[in-house]
Amino acid sequence: MKQVTILSGKGGTGKTTIAAAFAVLVKKAVVADCDVDAPNLHMLLHPEILEEREFRGSKMAVIDETKCIKCGICREKCRFDAITQNLTVDPFSCEGCGVCAIVCPVNAVTLTERVSGYVYISKIRYGFMSHALLKPGEANSGKLVTAVRQNAKLLAEKEKSNLIIIDGPPGIGCPAMASVTGVDAGLVVTEPTLSGIHDLERAIQLLRHFNVRPFVCVNMYDINEDNTEKALRFCEENDVKVVGKIPFNPVVTEAMVNGKAIVEYSPKCDAAKEVAAMWRRLCSELSLEVTC
Amino acid sequence: MIVAVASGKGGTGKTTLAVNLAVSIDNAQLLDCDVEEPNAHLLLNPTITCQEEVYRLIPSVNEQLCSYCGKCAVFCQYNAILAVPGKNLVFPELCHGCGGCILTCPEKAIGEVKNKIGVIKEGFADDLRIVFGELEVGEPMAAPLIRELKKRLDRSSNAILDAPPGAGCPVIETVKGSDFCILVTEPTPFGFHDLKVIVKVLEYMNISHGVVINRVGVGDKKEVYEYCEKKDIPILLEIPYQRRIAELYSRGVPFSLEMPEWISKFQELFEDVKKMVNK
Repeated sequence: MKQVTILSGKGGTGKTTIAAAFAVLVKKAVVADCDVDAPNLHMLLHPEILEEREFRGSKMAVIDETKCIKCGICREKCRFDAITQNLTVDPFSCEGCGVCAIVCPVNAVTLTERVSGYVYISKIRYGFMSHALLKPGEANSGKLVTAVRQNAKLLAEKEKSNLIIIDGPPGIGCPAMASVTGVDAGLVVTEPTLSGIHDLERAIQLLRHFNVRPFVCVNMYDINEDNTEKALRFCEENDVKVVGKIPFNPVVTEAMVNGKAIVEYSPKCDAAKEVAAMWRRLCSELSLEVTC
Repeated sequence: MIVAVASGKGGTGKTTLAVNLAVSIDNAQLLDCDVEEPNAHLLLNPTITCQEEVYRLIPSVNEQLCSYCGKCAVFCQYNAILAVPGKNLVFPELCHGCGGCILTCPEKAIGEVKNKIGVIKEGFADDLRIVFGELEVGEPMAAPLIRELKKRLDRSSNAILDAPPGAGCPVIETVKGSDFCILVTEPTPFGFHDLKVIVKVLEYMNISHGVVINRVGVGDKKEVYEYCEKKDIPILLEIPYQRRIAELYSRGVPFSLEMPEWISKFQELFEDVKKMVNK
């Protein structure tokens, strides 16, 4: 089984647009939306939910006020400043470590599990989808990403699919790391802006850190061709293969507005053709069967 | 006043707004809290005056004293320490640095060592003070670096905080303690969807907020206006979808410097926010 993660470093460069197009081109894949804080892939692939489960990824301290003697030791020992002056727990700061529970002289603190999100297994027109939603204010996206990937793997085994396409989150922190560990390839989607290039460099470093083979795609490359040149030069110097240069085309946004992947909405437009060509190039690089 | 700039969806123009706002108003400082992918400095080219490495404490076990009782491993909520007879393993990338293993160890065999998580840089672009962080590649937790970065906030002047995309812990860490949060969205389905996600987070955290609609003209989302009206969320500014603005951004130029008619619009926006905060 092969796994391909689409990432970018910088947000808004077109990860989801490309992930949805790949899902349509592959026809029978398992797709995982690992941007669990702000998932968007469902808006293009319209999953029909087959299974929904609560996700308990973290704990939180609860102080029993009837037992509390207001000694303040918990506040002193907490390294996350999660115990307020009135000796209550600040849910946005508590990391559920349990230090307060062990230092409390009267056993007034306990850790309780909290539901930090929901995981879903769904059917899409082009196979299956594993996705999730983090609850507002919850902070455990890395673990939730891992749960989404585990579900995707089980789905792929069950459905005898040999490919998982992962739509990753922006950034390079824990959710991005959890999205790239152990995958066969990482496709970094960048744009020809100074920020895009800066973030591309860090995303490539992240892939190298985890020994994942990097590939690059420059989206909207014709917006600033000088910067595209810079990005391509960077890739060449660092021995990273560029598999696609997608032209700017307002039809891409139009497809999104209509809730469709670009290769469904306007398969003949230049952007869709290039996305398809890019997928074929990736398939040959990864020795995958070409389906489009 | 502390004003955070967030969005949910990435690439909607948080940094554009934060930078243009910061250069347009007086007595401001800019803290780029997107430590995973900091970009504000690319538009401002500050002269760096101070640079500091940031560390996190992780446990280190003295094998001579350890009796392999396993109490540390049982305590650790993050599975960051493993005690098997004859060997202790610490996984720094899982450790939150709570120090609980030290407290539970009956042999006092656990100490702490420093683990580098990133750097914080401070500098000036003309008189604008800018502080930003760079998370070490391979370090999963951005929040401790953001916490450290926010300690450099100078209370005597206005602070603009550029948040990372998403709605998870790095965003919460950034917006926590702000007087107001400006949400930058674009009128596309993805922009609107993620705006609703971040509004829920702010409602839950009880932080007042307003919306800036960027790239007006792209997409067709009337819903974003209807939604803001229904929820009584003020629309603070609209920025049109203009090739010139996109081009300036791609070259790393804050557009209000080349299009000075925008400076007063950003100043007005800031005055509006001030009035709302003081109400």
